[in-house]
Amino acid sequence: MSKYLKLALVTAITTGSLSAPVLAAGLGVGRAALPEEIAAWDKDIAPDGTGLPVGSGSVEYGEEIFSETCASCHGEFAEGVDNWPTLSGGFGTLDREDPVKTVGSYWPYLSTTYDYIRRSMPFGGAQTLSDDDVYAMVAYILYSNDLVDDDFVLSNENFLEVEMPNAGGFIVDDRVVTEYPHFTSETACYEDCKDTVEITMRAAVLDVTPIEDTPEPVIEATQEAAVEAAPVVETPTTVTAAAFDADLAAKGEKVFKKCKACHQVGEGAKNRVGPMLNGVVGASVAHVDGFKYSNDLLAAKDAGRVWDEALISEFLAKPKSVFKKTKMSFAGLKKDSEIAAVIEYLKSVSQ
Amino acid sequence: MTDKRIKTKQTHPPSRRAFLRGAAATGAGLAASAASAQTAPDPLITEVQDWASGTGDGVDATPYGLPIEFESDVIRRNVAWLTADTISSINFTPIHALDGTITPQGCAFERHHSGAIELSKSDYRLMIHGLVDTPLVFTYADLERFPRINKTFFLECAANTGMEWAGAQLNGAQFTHGMIHNMEYSGVSLRSLLSEAGLSAAGDFKDKWVYVEGADASSNGRSIPLEKALDDVMIAFKANGEALRKEHGYPVRLVVPGWEGNMWVKWLRRIEITDQAIESREETSKYTDTLEDGTARKWTWVMDAKSVVTSPSPQAPITHGKGPLVITGLAWSGRGAITGVDVTIDGGKTWQKARLAAPGQPMALTRFYLDIDWDGSEMYLQSRAHDDTGYVQPTKTQLREVRGLNSVYHNNCIQTWWVKKNGEAENVEVS
Repeated sequence: MSKYLKLALVTAITTGSLSAPVLAAGLGVGRAALPEEIAAWDKDIAPDGTGLPVGSGSVEYGEEIFSETCASCHGEFAEGVDNWPTLSGGFGTLDREDPVKTVGSYWPYLSTTYDYIRRSMPFGGAQTLSDDDVYAMVAYILYSNDLVDDDFVLSNENFLEVEMPNAGGFIVDDRVVTEYPHFTSETACYEDCKDTVEITMRAAVLDVTPIEDTPEPVIEATQEAAVEAAPVVETPTTVTAAAFDADLAAKGEKVFKKCKACHQVGEGAKNRVGPMLNGVVGASVAHVDGFKYSNDLLAAKDAGRVWDEALISEFLAKPKSVFKKTKMSFAGLKKDSEIAAVIEYLKSVSQ
Repeated sequence: MTDKRIKTKQTHPPSRRAFLRGAAATGAGLAASAASAQTAPDPLITEVQDWASGTGDGVDATPYGLPIEFESDVIRRNVAWLTADTISSINFTPIHALDGTITPQGCAFERHHSGAIELSKSDYRLMIHGLVDTPLVFTYADLERFPRINKTFFLECAANTGMEWAGAQLNGAQFTHGMIHNMEYSGVSLRSLLSEAGLSAAGDFKDKWVYVEGADASSNGRSIPLEKALDDVMIAFKANGEALRKEHGYPVRLVVPGWEGNMWVKWLRRIEITDQAIESREETSKYTDTLEDGTARKWTWVMDAKSVVTSPSPQAPITHGKGPLVITGLAWSGRGAITGVDVTIDGGKTWQKARLAAPGQPMALTRFYLDIDWDGSEMYLQSRAHDDTGYVQPTKTQLREVRGLNSVYHNNCIQTWWVKKNGEAENVEVS
């Protein structure tokens, strides 16, 4: 380790320390961190397993929670949806055009997978998974890469026994040897450097800057979008053009930041991880065409259920208590006032 | 000839198409003579204009000012199809429209992994723990009591120009080179905070690391050698004189001079001294450079010397026809100061030395100019930077010979703009 670090530092450290005064003794500013505080934030896990919590999880359970929590972006088989990352496969592609870099084909350490899921996933609901759930998800991702069998159970005990296929696939930055001696000012040419110059390739994407920059008149466009997006106006319970409390809606817009990772609203809203939500208040459950809802929501639609304020309130408080198999990984809003505000906001963007 | 583009009550900026049309109209017919003859008096001079007669805005019209509406096309832009979602995405600094070296915060590029969060100074906490004598917690107010420093550095995303590895892709300096900004930071040295916690517990510094982590949901974390941390790393809370913007890590971000932007952790909340690299997702699956044979380089932190002509360029065409032309651009090196920039207008047959607006500063942007008398013929415009280590910016071909086509990151190759006779420019590769 230290030898590699030395090489990397030779490459990387430049001259010139900051000119801040060196402190002979401490200033006495700040306070001692409590053990509970350190434990709450110190979640990182190193390649040698330092930091791994005690626990375990099976491939079987991992498949279940992966399907609920991760599959809407990463696919049922960890194959990736749209531009979201592919987590499995890609073996033998690293030396080809457009290599497929997955946990199986590229990641050198299993610790990275546990560490990342535990601290940063799921998108929009980070740090809500239990340690055992994370073990199960990591186990399932290993299984989806054909690295373990379907009866495998991953735990802190056997964690380091898992062999990662690309563990030996990395070298420490070697530019100081392979590049710097060749890219030197000493050999820079100024006259008669070459005989001919010809274009060998032109830009593939010419229209990357929008040609017309004229902003749309926002209010009218929003109205049109809302009309188009609310095809279920016949439903008796639909509250079309319901009056809404602007102050409460403004509060709701802030709360809605928690939802924006997955849901779009307003002009041009599209389905993302979750369906777009224009016109959702008063619409039938699973009302957006072209979104792959869970079977629970489709069944509710068939049963004629409607997203009235009562149902939305109940759902937002604890989504899985209303629709057990919903793909929405969000844990729920804790405050009734936040739920009311979000509903008001959703009404306002559907005007 | 009257310039029709100047209007008093213009609601929107001229569209690019109209701009280019105007360019052709005004540019093509102009002779190269010093002062073209004016056939009729210019009404902008002979007639009393609204602004010369009436009054403008009072002092409190805009308590915090934004650029005038005529500049509303000088904005960050993203490329929607590059990423799955804007919350985990990147946009680009409009470098084609800026001059000087300091990037205004409002148009400095953003890269988030879980969106730009709102974290107030009063809710801010910074923890230092691990191999230190006393683990400490600082509030924002605590940080302001350490000796203050001011330094200007560029921040470049390791993926800047990454789209261009396999060939010319995006048509504009903003998109090929806009994952960069350059700001004057005010803050404290990381060294002073680490000294406060005490490092005798760390033993030999040479094989130790600091792991730095942000407070947002992406929990972005990177391992930095302790020697670098003690050398020049800053804890910054102001940029260009004012508080950091939300999108750049308000209230506190890390500044890691010369090293890739992903390490400049925003909303910095935790610094842990460790005896090994954590090898987080952002330093294994991302920000590693895959070579032709499938092996990958890791710990490629430093950003090598690089430059680009910002004008003329695809988004900044020549609009005045032949004659005096200012060619300008930016150069930088993560290994030291820029010592010179060469420019070629013939695709590299001959090179001439550009004029540096000011001597290069270590790990900060340098502005260069080359003032030429353009004869109106096609140009293949390139620039190449030299730094004080004796390094010269390589060609794309040279880089590909070492790394192949799949590296994604750390593409510091020489860029070519094909400037056509009508002044328009296009991103190309040349032999």
